[in-house]
Amino acid sequence: MATEEKEKPKGGAARSRLIVRLGAFLVSHNLFVSVVCCIAGFIALLLLPVLAKNTYISENALMPGSANPAFSAQDVMEANRFVKDIIDQRTIEGTGIEIPRLVGQHMAGVGAEVYYHKFLPHKNQFHPLHFFSCTPNTVTVQNNSSCASFGVNSVGIIRAPRGDGKEAIVLVTPYNPWKIELSEALSLGLAFSIFSLLSQVSWLAKDVVWLAADSQFGEYTSVSAWLKDYHSPVFFSESRKMNVDVCHESNSHQDRNHITVKGENANAFRRAGTMAAALVLKVLEKKERQERDSLTIYAEASNGQMPNLDLINIVHYLAVHRQGLRVKIATIGSLLNSVWLRSVGEIVQRLCRVAKSLDPRWKYDITSADYVEGSATLASSMYHQAIGVPTGSHGAFRDYQVDAVTLELSPGFSLKNENSQSAFFLRGGRLIEGVIRSVNNLLEKFHQSFFLYFLTAPNKFVSVGVYMIAFALLIAPLPIVAVAPFSGKNEIRLSTDKGNQTPGYTCTDEIEISIGSWKWLHAAKVVFMTHLWAVIVLLLPYFMSQIPYISPTTSMLVWVAVATSALLILYLILGSPYSNDCEWVLLKSVMIAAAFIGLGLMSIINFSTAQIGALIVVPMCLIVRPLKRHKEVALCMRVMLMTCNLVLAVIGFPPTALLILKGLSEGFGRVGIGDFWVWAEFLWIWNSATYLYLLLVHLPCWALYVHILLHP
Amino acid sequence: MQQTCVTIIPKAPASFMTGSLLTTSNGGSTAHCTVADALPPPPPLMATHFHRSTALLLLLILPHVLVGPVLASGGPDGGGGASEEFSEELLLKPLPDRKVLAHFHFQSTALPSATNGRHHFLFPKAIAQLVEKFRIKELELSFTQGRWNYENWGGSDPMSSTNAKPPGVELWTLFDLPITEVDATWKNLTHTLSGLFCASINFLESSTAYSAPRWGFHPNSDNLRYGALPREAVCTENLTPWLKLLPCRDKAGLASLLDRPSIYKGYYHSQRLRIVSAKLTGIVLEQTLTVVLQPNVRRNNPVSSTAGSLQPNWSMSSVFKKKITGQCVLAKVSRVFLELEESLVAELEKRVSRDSWSNPLFELSAMPDREIKELNALQDQSGSILYEFNVANSNEYEPLDVGMMWKVPLVWSCPHAPFHVSRFLMGSGNERGSLAISLQSTQSHEQFLGGSHACTVEVVVFQVVPWYVKVYYHTLQIFIDGKPQTVSDVIEKLQVTPSEDKLLPGTLELMLRFPCSMHSGTLTLDFDKGFLHIDEYPPDANQGFDIPSALVSFPGFQSSRSYHEDDSLKDSPLLLKFQEKNFMRSYTEVLLVPLTTPDFSMPYNVITFTCTVLALYFGSLLNVLRRRIDEEERELKSKAARPGLIPLLLSKLSSKLKRRTDESSQSSPSLSSSSPSILGPKLLFKVILVAGLAVFWNYFLNNG
Repeated sequence: MATEEKEKPKGGAARSRLIVRLGAFLVSHNLFVSVVCCIAGFIALLLLPVLAKNTYISENALMPGSANPAFSAQDVMEANRFVKDIIDQRTIEGTGIEIPRLVGQHMAGVGAEVYYHKFLPHKNQFHPLHFFSCTPNTVTVQNNSSCASFGVNSVGIIRAPRGDGKEAIVLVTPYNPWKIELSEALSLGLAFSIFSLLSQVSWLAKDVVWLAADSQFGEYTSVSAWLKDYHSPVFFSESRKMNVDVCHESNSHQDRNHITVKGENANAFRRAGTMAAALVLKVLEKKERQERDSLTIYAEASNGQMPNLDLINIVHYLAVHRQGLRVKIATIGSLLNSVWLRSVGEIVQRLCRVAKSLDPRWKYDITSADYVEGSATLASSMYHQAIGVPTGSHGAFRDYQVDAVTLELSPGFSLKNENSQSAFFLRGGRLIEGVIRSVNNLLEKFHQSFFLYFLTAPNKFVSVGVYMIAFALLIAPLPIVAVAPFSGKNEIRLSTDKGNQTPGYTCTDEIEISIGSWKWLHAAKVVFMTHLWAVIVLLLPYFMSQIPYISPTTSMLVWVAVATSALLILYLILGSPYSNDCEWVLLKSVMIAAAFIGLGLMSIINFSTAQIGALIVVPMCLIVRPLKRHKEVALCMRVMLMTCNLVLAVIGFPPTALLILKGLSEGFGRVGIGDFWVWAEFLWIWNSATYLYLLLVHLPCWALYVHILLHP
Repeated sequence: MQQTCVTIIPKAPASFMTGSLLTTSNGGSTAHCTVADALPPPPPLMATHFHRSTALLLLLILPHVLVGPVLASGGPDGGGGASEEFSEELLLKPLPDRKVLAHFHFQSTALPSATNGRHHFLFPKAIAQLVEKFRIKELELSFTQGRWNYENWGGSDPMSSTNAKPPGVELWTLFDLPITEVDATWKNLTHTLSGLFCASINFLESSTAYSAPRWGFHPNSDNLRYGALPREAVCTENLTPWLKLLPCRDKAGLASLLDRPSIYKGYYHSQRLRIVSAKLTGIVLEQTLTVVLQPNVRRNNPVSSTAGSLQPNWSMSSVFKKKITGQCVLAKVSRVFLELEESLVAELEKRVSRDSWSNPLFELSAMPDREIKELNALQDQSGSILYEFNVANSNEYEPLDVGMMWKVPLVWSCPHAPFHVSRFLMGSGNERGSLAISLQSTQSHEQFLGGSHACTVEVVVFQVVPWYVKVYYHTLQIFIDGKPQTVSDVIEKLQVTPSEDKLLPGTLELMLRFPCSMHSGTLTLDFDKGFLHIDEYPPDANQGFDIPSALVSFPGFQSSRSYHEDDSLKDSPLLLKFQEKNFMRSYTEVLLVPLTTPDFSMPYNVITFTCTVLALYFGSLLNVLRRRIDEEERELKSKAARPGLIPLLLSKLSSKLKRRTDESSQSSPSLSSSSPSILGPKLLFKVILVAGLAVFWNYFLNNG
């Protein structure tokens, strides 16, 4: 956009090659270009809620809602009976196996194949080489770890009557067998009634797997453990099995080891083909009463991966147009009430109206309230993708390229009320039945709709083609500014003797660069050293996590101390950045080049991280100047630049940024130094690439930024 | 009903029908029905009965009329009538999971072609020609929908070992030909069969689709070819040509039970055709149809069913919506059997001292003509029981309707194969994966072998893998109860035909020897996923590609029944079949391999992209070649001396404008100082002016 704008005035007087001249022109006006691009990038980001399109069901084969739901009052009765059974079990003191067994017996009762999947929770540990690998950390549990605790998933499989068993649809209901709550019992009841309905129907083409996941170690753990055994079982499992057996004898829970259903061995793992889609079903009782039952969709998986948009579309379509549920997706609540966002909304609304009056074909009609809600949802969507941590147990499926969403149903009225409970079951059951039927209709993989998108409302999305404009605008000035110092002198000469110099223009350019190349190498050395340091800092937690019994605060302090000393040692070995007269301009340009490459790479891995990162890194790169070199500009500019620099230096440092954010949201009283350590730990447990970004791209950029600020 | 109407009209004597046909001028099937109603004296029901019986009579007479003279002329050898035989039998069996198995068995035999020339009385000519032309020794073709449930429907009885087939089409043929001609003959055979059975069996023609197993599929077979199409859909269009091979089609006899909606609604549907031909015995054509049906779809309370509710009552009329009204007159044998599973009989004996079919557990809806007991290898155990019903006794007025009515809830189980076999894919992603075959012991082999001494079980695995799944056979790993084994310790015999890209599928034949005490064994093989050629992909985004079922057989275990030697058993081909000694076999699941699907809009993108690059390249190249720098410089100088018209005008305009906006620009001098040299307020102003004009123009035009 900016390039076109600039092209116009120069185009009239084109003399030599257009591209070269254009490039030279952009470089010579790098300041203007960078300011324009940056501002345009921010504006494009703010305009995303306006540019969102309505979702539509792209794959015709899905045919949602084309069949009448068969889920009837009889199924509701079944669900109620099942819930009652579970609630009765709750009162009995037991070994925690009663409810999985009850679920298993009921599964077998409807004619499904049943087995119990036992798993051990894996210990959280930092593995630097496990990023991007689809399987989360698996650590064989040591002998001394509490062997009594292992989870039992009950799994039932309905074989499709006439199907060939190549594909399967998975239904997951997480619950805690030790302390089951009413809402969990309801979700089990709902899933059971759907399961028993599906065992009777004749239209199934794909097998249906119901996983009643034992969530005593977390919902994600149980699902991922099951998926891991499903996709990559370990056959050489002697040591682990023995452990479990030993534990058994010591705990005298003999019955837990061998559970049998109808005389069959129910411990053998069974499979049902390639998974087509997975639905995680949860019931959540909300405190506040609403008019209607509502449904919240969670879709974000690890590293910003999303399920196919069609899956969300069918859920939304069936929930809204068939069952009359209120569909929600996560929003950032604090943004909904923010004053500045509302005022931006007002402006946008007015602009849209103007645009519409100019050309009625531009259908950018958005009210300010819609805008505020859209941007709060968009922000949450972006944040969850950027953080790279799945928002529920559906994330485990995405690691195996299975599309999955979590459906969290919350009833409008109290669950104690029998009538409203039945109505709730009826709606929920019909919704899930419809979604499963739709997926069952699918002949191919989910491929038709989008995989890269942000949601701004349950029925509105921004696709990759639109949201990447903002990012492209933000990082566009970086290469231009990076090149600027090398052509700056050249430009001056160009202006002094304009007469006969034009033909040899490219020639002199090359000479200039080759003369300056030595200094450039010095700067590159400094940048390389900083990145080396960043790698060391990145790997430090691996060694620190080996130390047992260490509090987060101490860990953080040790981390910072070791990192600082590592930097000092590197100075000693490779020399201080200020020692050999390294020009700050060159240092800046190399730093910008490195940041540009880092952002570009990150945008491929996790776009949202790169997008949010660019919001901080790009201004940092563009604005940086040594604090002592401000003398040549006017006073007001100098003050402005200095404050900007200082503010960015504080915000740009990840720990302080986190502390400030946390302080703002929760109050500064609760903020501790250890928080960042906890947060980083959280990131690497989930194998989030955001951790890599923070320490390999952001941190060296910030370190160089501080270097330049302190440049003598 | 429609169907019977259609069939009877042409068969009915013309003189009988003409008068009434003239009164109703409608043609076709409806005509007959209206005729029946229009006849005043007998009630309509009687009329149809009458028609049908006359038709049957005709059917009875017709062959005699047609065959008689031929036989007479056929002359001296005398046994011409007996030389070609047809028999029809039906086996019904209640299954433990509340379903009913129906197994139709039709068998036609013909003498060697030398004895009766080209003509046949009963035997389908198409098959005889097929056998003759392609020199077939043995052929088996099966069309299957659904999966056989080895756990609930049995894994060790003859029914499951010979009649459980993998989903889709499976074809194997043993030729009586020199080995050089086998492949060419196979190709022709596939085309013939695909024409005969309305199926895409011709896809087996390509050399990537079939394989030549040595010993893993069939013992000592050099001229055997095996191919499977797991994706082939099975429908009535495959059943109709199959029925055409029967002498009575589905118009009379047991085949008349085949009500299309009921048999295709079942849980398993396998239609099989087997030809065995030998010089001495002639050709034997065996046609079987195995269906597993759910008696009534009424939803019952699933929770109480675990505790044990009644098994569903069923009868032929409730399962097939039809009854048997007589046998196919051409059939030598026409029987219905009702089989009770071994463990069900044991259950029966436990409850009551069994005397006859009237017992407190269930009631049969028809009186069986005979009861046949299985002779079990271990005498103290009870064997399965067969109740025999003779179809010949039934007629229009007394149709045969075999069924069971349960009185007491019963739970029993089916005999299992020594190992339950399952096969699955491991790994995810588009690059590589592994294929695993796991064997779970069902503990039932102890009863076969008896004793806990150090015994071993032989297992033969036969697996065909398409070429795009590139299996690395050296990565074969075998685990027994979680312990890795040295491959050479477990493998008895191994035959591998590695796949060749776009030419040959990989074939793996493995004979393994496992200890009897093994609980679970696993074989894994790693593979890479290959790339297909662009025209081998299906036109749209696809579900994935299939790996056909593997066959696991247990040579140490024979699935056969033995009955009391009796003369009447000799003439029952079904029971003879049951007494044949076959290996226990079980097929594994079909697997789905997702392959990388290229983006087929890519060529378009590439073309546009390359065109752009080429245009840019040629443009600049042309520019460089064409340009003469000296001349250009001169031109530039002259241009500098004499500015063009438009720049002149622009500069004049700007100078005027500048004068006018002088006051306003003076108020903000910092702007000019901060902005770079060329980008003065002048230029900015120009840009804004042009943009404003454009917007105004657009607005104005649109309003106008």
